[in-house]
Amino acid sequence: MAAVTLDSRKITQRAAFTLLGLAMVITTIPVLFIIIYTILKGGGAVTWEFLTQFPSQAGRAGGILPAIIGTFYLMLGTLIFALPVGVMAGIYLTEYARNNWLTRLINLAIANLAGVPSIIFGLFGLSVFVLAFNFGLSLLAASLTLACQALAMVITTSREAILAVPREYREGSLAIGVTKWQTVRHIVLPQAFPGIITGVVLAISRAAGETAPILVVGAAFLLPHLPQSPFDQFMALPYHLYTVAVHVPNMPKEIVWGVALVLLVVVLSFDMLAAAIRIKTRQRKYL
Amino acid sequence: MCHWLNRSNKEGLATLQEQVTAATVPTTGLRRRLRLGERFIEVWIFLSGLLAIVVLLGIIAILLKEGLPIFAHTPPWKFLFGAKWYPISDPPTFGIAPFVVSTLMVTLVSTVIAVPIGVACAAYLSEVAHRKLAETVKPIIEILAGFPSVMMGFIGLALLSPLVQSAFNLNTGLCGLTAAIMLSLMSLPIIVSVSEDALHVVPKEFKEASYALGATKWETIWHVCIPSALSGIAAAIMLGIGRAIGETMTVLMVAGGALAVPVSPTDPMTTMTAAIASGIGNAVRGGLQYQALFAVGLILFILTLAVNIIAERVLERQKRKFAR
Amino acid sequence: MSINLNVPDISARPVEKCVTKLKTEQVSLFYGSFQALRNITLDIPSRCITAIIGPSGCGKSSLLRLFNRMNDLIPGAKVEGNVELDGIPIYDARIDVADLRKRVGMVFQKPNPFPMSVFENVAYGPRRHGIKNRGQLEEIVEKSLRQAALWDEVKDNLGQSGLALSGGQQQRLCIARVLAVEPEVILMDEPCSALDPVATLKIEDLMRNLSQTYTIIIVTHNMQQAARVSDMTAFLMIEPDRAGVLVEYGPTAQIFTNPKDRRTEDYITGRFG
Repeated sequence: MAAVTLDSRKITQRAAFTLLGLAMVITTIPVLFIIIYTILKGGGAVTWEFLTQFPSQAGRAGGILPAIIGTFYLMLGTLIFALPVGVMAGIYLTEYARNNWLTRLINLAIANLAGVPSIIFGLFGLSVFVLAFNFGLSLLAASLTLACQALAMVITTSREAILAVPREYREGSLAIGVTKWQTVRHIVLPQAFPGIITGVVLAISRAAGETAPILVVGAAFLLPHLPQSPFDQFMALPYHLYTVAVHVPNMPKEIVWGVALVLLVVVLSFDMLAAAIRIKTRQRKYL
Repeated sequence: MCHWLNRSNKEGLATLQEQVTAATVPTTGLRRRLRLGERFIEVWIFLSGLLAIVVLLGIIAILLKEGLPIFAHTPPWKFLFGAKWYPISDPPTFGIAPFVVSTLMVTLVSTVIAVPIGVACAAYLSEVAHRKLAETVKPIIEILAGFPSVMMGFIGLALLSPLVQSAFNLNTGLCGLTAAIMLSLMSLPIIVSVSEDALHVVPKEFKEASYALGATKWETIWHVCIPSALSGIAAAIMLGIGRAIGETMTVLMVAGGALAVPVSPTDPMTTMTAAIASGIGNAVRGGLQYQALFAVGLILFILTLAVNIIAERVLERQKRKFAR
Repeated sequence: MSINLNVPDISARPVEKCVTKLKTEQVSLFYGSFQALRNITLDIPSRCITAIIGPSGCGKSSLLRLFNRMNDLIPGAKVEGNVELDGIPIYDARIDVADLRKRVGMVFQKPNPFPMSVFENVAYGPRRHGIKNRGQLEEIVEKSLRQAALWDEVKDNLGQSGLALSGGQQQRLCIARVLAVEPEVILMDEPCSALDPVATLKIEDLMRNLSQTYTIIIVTHNMQQAARVSDMTAFLMIEPDRAGVLVEYGPTAQIFTNPKDRRTEDYITGRFG
């Protein structure tokens, strides 16, 4: 009798574990499938000409150079605006802030900022940067919008990276009459640097794939030339993918998959860069 | 011994006092210095610290300023529950019930799909799977979190919608269900990782106690681990919901875009995010439609804020539960 | 009670160097509502080694950290009473804390070299205080490492990571790092507690040499060490409310051979007995 119950319990366990494992497979397979399928379908379209030429026939032919360039400009702009203030905010929270209501408010704001939908950042950017600051539908307005969105992530990762720097290093520096800022600048930041960079690279890669905000603050579908100044309009990969996938009739499928592949490669290569930095610094931790 | 301390205590101290007062003490180098550059940087640091608050308050202010005026045209009640969205008719009608219902429907369906799979996946990774397997699978799931939403929209459009169309025998595969499936895929990474963290902090003693009573591994997971991690899992679910509510591109591309109040998930529909994204380009700045779309943004913002705050509260409680 | 203590005879030291370097008057220290120290009054002579001893948790380290205001780093810390360096009240609002700490350097319990080369570790302080000239820095580094009795062991490889040294070497590197900014006072918070006996003896020798030039205050839980190296000894104890108080302060020989307070005697004999 006892043996029978044990058996049925074992069978239950086996069935349950199979289901759990199935859940894992369901979560994992689409990722691999999407990557492989995109490579297979789009790989043929991605030629040197595709990467280096302007689009023609509303994107049905030619290349996607301006979209690639535009996306890199956006990443650069986001980096320029989000990195200094984000890291400084991380420094404030870890090194200067006291445990008071203001600090709690800042942390609350950061946590909630991280959950604000991207389209809302689009509305914010449209109203503030495009209209109020009169930057127009421009690279500048879009970069600032994406930087606002990236801010929460940059602050959070900077804060964690700075917190991980041992207190002993700070004390060693302060104890020989080095000022607080110098200690932060010469001891804390160099130590926290890999962690900060990991977070920033991730945030930039998110910005590269973001579509909704730049849809609102005015990415262009087709432009005859590359942006010459921050006040020019721009094309961007994710927006280009959206338009050719949804709005252009009689679009050759292979080109759409090609655009998708390029976007995926850009975004995932930055993700991998972040992962590589993280692994590398973890190895260095033997020190 | 120092000479002056050889004497009796009192005498020694007196001598000390004399010496101190007598000595001409150098005051150089201890006076507070200005260090202007440093002060400047510290002000910058402080202002940067405030920036998160500034941006969040700025978002709230903008949504209120641009969105509230619509309620002079359409009362809040009618705005929220009106079933007709005719922004360019004469006179225009602004009822956002179709968008609200679509958002709730898509979110609900995607949550129903994603939660069991996500939690089961987390349980498998943290309790059952070999370390090596888990270490391989986790980065793959992280990649999923990195997929741009427009990419997921495109996949839904190109691959999933034909499947849904034929499976449910629909006129179009671009419907709420297709969007919900894609959204569930997109919220899986956060559900898995937060649930896994929650399962991870369940004290080993709990599990050992269960094994000691003769329970199998599965019984321990089901009766001990998951109940103990419940609040963490709840937080994971809330975060997943927050993500699904706010997602724009995927639903814009695959949910179908119909403006009627949807009855079933297999209807084409327009969520609040998709309504803003598709309408804002054509809206006249400061016009009624522009105001109405910002008001939709305001409601969306409040909704996600509420979900996130609940998630944080729950997570906080989970952390305190096993804090030792 | 007759204990054979190796108390160095320093009565031969010239009188003029025995002026008060640091003094505290009725100093109390609070962490929030918790009082860590109560009414501490003592005078610390220059160019001597003063040891602070007492049971763990009695506030030895807190007292030490009063002298270079390291307690400022702890949120909620509050100091009452007066602490003076060369007669200057160091808790005055007009005091520059960085300059104070440059004059009153500190070595910690756990060796904490920066994750940089040996050279950069020592050059770090002078660099931050504005010395840019490479030759000048090299001079300072060599001098400081020699003073810290580390030069011969590292001179061939100044580029190696400070973290690659042994524990005792790391601690001497930390001492060299402090010496490089030419302080007047060196505070040492249980500098040997993480070290083996050989390394400990090396540091103790070093301290005796340094006390020719510097005022040294050392916190130690090791009474043999206090007896071996110090000229003056302060004995702290915990009151029932967990605040630390100064029980007895005097020449080391007197504290260890002829304590005036019963509690001191109990503590010393209890440990030695």
